[in-house]
Amino acid sequence: MSAVSHSPRNIPDRLESPFKSALKSWEMLLIIVAIAIFVANSFASPYFLNPWSLSDATFNFTEKAIIALAMAMVIISGEIDLSVASIIALASTAMGFALQFGVDTPTLVAIGLLVGVACGAFNGMLVSGLGLPSIVVTIGTMSLFRGIAYIVLGDQAFRGYPSDFAFFGQGYVWWVISFELVLFLALAVVFYIILHRTSFGRSVFAIGNNPVAAQFSGIRVRRIKFILFILTGLMSGVAAVLLTSRLGSTRPSIAFAWELEVVTMVVLGGVSILGGAGSIFGVVIAAFIMGLVTFGLGLLNVPGIVMSIFIGLMLISVIGLPVVIRRVRARMAA
Amino acid sequence: MHKVLETEAAAPSLTLSGISKSFPGVKALDNIALELYPGQVTALIGENGAGKSTLVKIMTGIYQPDGGAITLNGQDITLPTAHAALGLGITAIHQETVLFDELSVAENIFLGHAPRTRFGMIDWRKLRAEAKDILASMGAPIDPNARLKDLSIANKHLVAVARALSIEAQIVIMDEPTAALSHKEIEELFVLIDLLKQDGKAILFISHKFDEIFRVADRYAVFRDGEMVGAGLMKDTEQSQLVRMMVGRSVERAFPKLDVTPGDVVLDVNNLSHPTEFEDISFSLREGEILGFYGLVGAGRTEVMQTLFGITKPSGGSVRLDGKPALAKNPAKAIESGIVYVPEERGRQGAITGLPIFQNISLPSLKKTSKSGFLRLAEEFALARKYSERLDLRASSLSQEVGTLSGGNQQKVVIGKWLATAPRVIILDEPTKGIDIGSKAAVHEFISELAADGLAIIMVSSELPEIMGMSDNVIVMREGRIAGRFAREHLDAETLVRTAAGIEGDPA
Repeated sequence: MSAVSHSPRNIPDRLESPFKSALKSWEMLLIIVAIAIFVANSFASPYFLNPWSLSDATFNFTEKAIIALAMAMVIISGEIDLSVASIIALASTAMGFALQFGVDTPTLVAIGLLVGVACGAFNGMLVSGLGLPSIVVTIGTMSLFRGIAYIVLGDQAFRGYPSDFAFFGQGYVWWVISFELVLFLALAVVFYIILHRTSFGRSVFAIGNNPVAAQFSGIRVRRIKFILFILTGLMSGVAAVLLTSRLGSTRPSIAFAWELEVVTMVVLGGVSILGGAGSIFGVVIAAFIMGLVTFGLGLLNVPGIVMSIFIGLMLISVIGLPVVIRRVRARMAA
Repeated sequence: MHKVLETEAAAPSLTLSGISKSFPGVKALDNIALELYPGQVTALIGENGAGKSTLVKIMTGIYQPDGGAITLNGQDITLPTAHAALGLGITAIHQETVLFDELSVAENIFLGHAPRTRFGMIDWRKLRAEAKDILASMGAPIDPNARLKDLSIANKHLVAVARALSIEAQIVIMDEPTAALSHKEIEELFVLIDLLKQDGKAILFISHKFDEIFRVADRYAVFRDGEMVGAGLMKDTEQSQLVRMMVGRSVERAFPKLDVTPGDVVLDVNNLSHPTEFEDISFSLREGEILGFYGLVGAGRTEVMQTLFGITKPSGGSVRLDGKPALAKNPAKAIESGIVYVPEERGRQGAITGLPIFQNISLPSLKKTSKSGFLRLAEEFALARKYSERLDLRASSLSQEVGTLSGGNQQKVVIGKWLATAPRVIILDEPTKGIDIGSKAAVHEFISELAADGLAIIMVSSELPEIMGMSDNVIVMREGRIAGRFAREHLDAETLVRTAAGIEGDPA
């Protein structure tokens, strides 16, 4: 280090090929887990390997997974949005309310999406405009949005959605392939490109790693965070359309506590809860894993309460396991 | 802790001998000897980087010395932890007091040694009464029940002093305690120091301000480059002698400054002002010029630079780049217009340590390396390769995380990321702070080459040799204003230090 040499050094771009580092990644581990659960499920229940029941299994996660795509970006940027399930409730209520005036299906969809965007913009304004911590803001709006839904609906339900509206949550594009699944996979590709292939996505990683240095590097930190909250709002609006269409009705308790499953999906997918790291691919596999697990437990007639215990344990172990492994390794090395 | 008796006053309370401490690539302290006497104030004087803070950290148990001995009242002691130092009655009052904002004054004073009831609970009544007594004995008009965060900085210092009194500290270290205080508050602090002296405490007083040193200190010790270069009684010395010891031969170190004839004016700053940090800053910068900004910590240099970079908003004044208005609203605009800033706090503001080298370098240039918003990795690697070769970066691959590099190489990445934007003006804020000597020389050489290539450079530095060795012109700032301007041929270390510290009169 002491001598200052003048000859330029050749520093390689990478030490490992991208393919080789992919083999050692968290995503690879997830794929193995997914296969293992798939195999276990097929042994556990004779009904599992039926194409129609597999197709049914996807409905367990597609709506949540669509939100998880946007949530992954928010969490990578170092923020969080806990109001997503309440945005679904409010968007669904708005659609049901509009239904009373006999609007057509395209208008219904537009209302659902617009309410989602508006809720996201409200969160984004509070977080990036006023600089409030997102965890507090979105716990607040979580109560606020669902509270409005309860006031409008009471213990009533909106029903009587038009029959062509049912396609979004119940329709099939081809054979057993549902519209929801196709939409999710298409959005996954879009989000993959945004996060991993654009300068916008790169800025998201930079902000999550070090917001101050990102700002000092000329990145519009506040603007990008605002856009991210609008994105989670929009995806919650999309999920609201799908879920309302699938259920055919709106109750104020719709999508209750989904935010936890969405966050679990994101974290299980390898996104660092501290921000700055993660991938869309990981989140997509994590979505399939959670769908397979809940469906498998359902086939075994495991009650909903136990499933909730299972999801809670999964979330804790996913966050805790890397820490435990690091400690054990450090102890072995010492 | 027993109180030191008057009869023992002749013997030092604390003796440090042969203390050395090295960090990778830097010898921070070399064979230091220092004695602190009861009832006396010893001033510790030295430039930034002379090793003062390292010594304070050793004395308060935060760092462990590589060698040497410490004796307290004739007993050999070791200070393995901060807690041990506190237990032996050694306490420090820092520039930014390390107290707890959300706790009450009384709790802050007695934190860690609160009086207990016989059930082992904190005896709140006694705690408040004792806190009140201590504050009253100091003549400090502070309510012991007030929250610390509601106090002024001066009053927080008083609380820190009260804490020192409450643990019956024998050794009180004051690390630039006056940096954030007003004149009146400084006077009040000095009264307190007299009080501590009467109480038989041995005080180590660190300050850059000579008038203060001559006002409160009985003895002095001068550090330079990690060595003690002089010590004695204040009454036997004078300012010019201390300044000379402080500056010493370290200025004559070789710097790879190339001779460049500055070209046209690039940056023109006029009457730039800020409500609290600086006022009436005017200067111009030419192509190929290195303009040094010297001053004490807190003189407002960083704030001026961050205003030019669009982070801090000024209250008035104008900035022109190539004759066009260029007062940036945010860093993105500054970068667009061609002004870039290498910040002092490398880890927090400069490098994104969790991202790989190539992504750090390309970050402000993403518009150039991407195509309609889509990343092109090959372009990014090419850019990163170009600048890491130019900067002689030491790394195993361009995909290595910046956080795993040495400080010097991290700084090269940060400089490289700015050069990649092809700027007109580059502002370097303490560019070699905390990096090893080898990398330092490499950075200096590189800065000099950039100037030769016609880049206009502003270099903020608190290190005299760096300022004197690298600058074509130097602006000295003091208390938010420009206190002096010097051309390279008229640079003189003593004058710079005097101007920065605001010492009147001619050198002896």
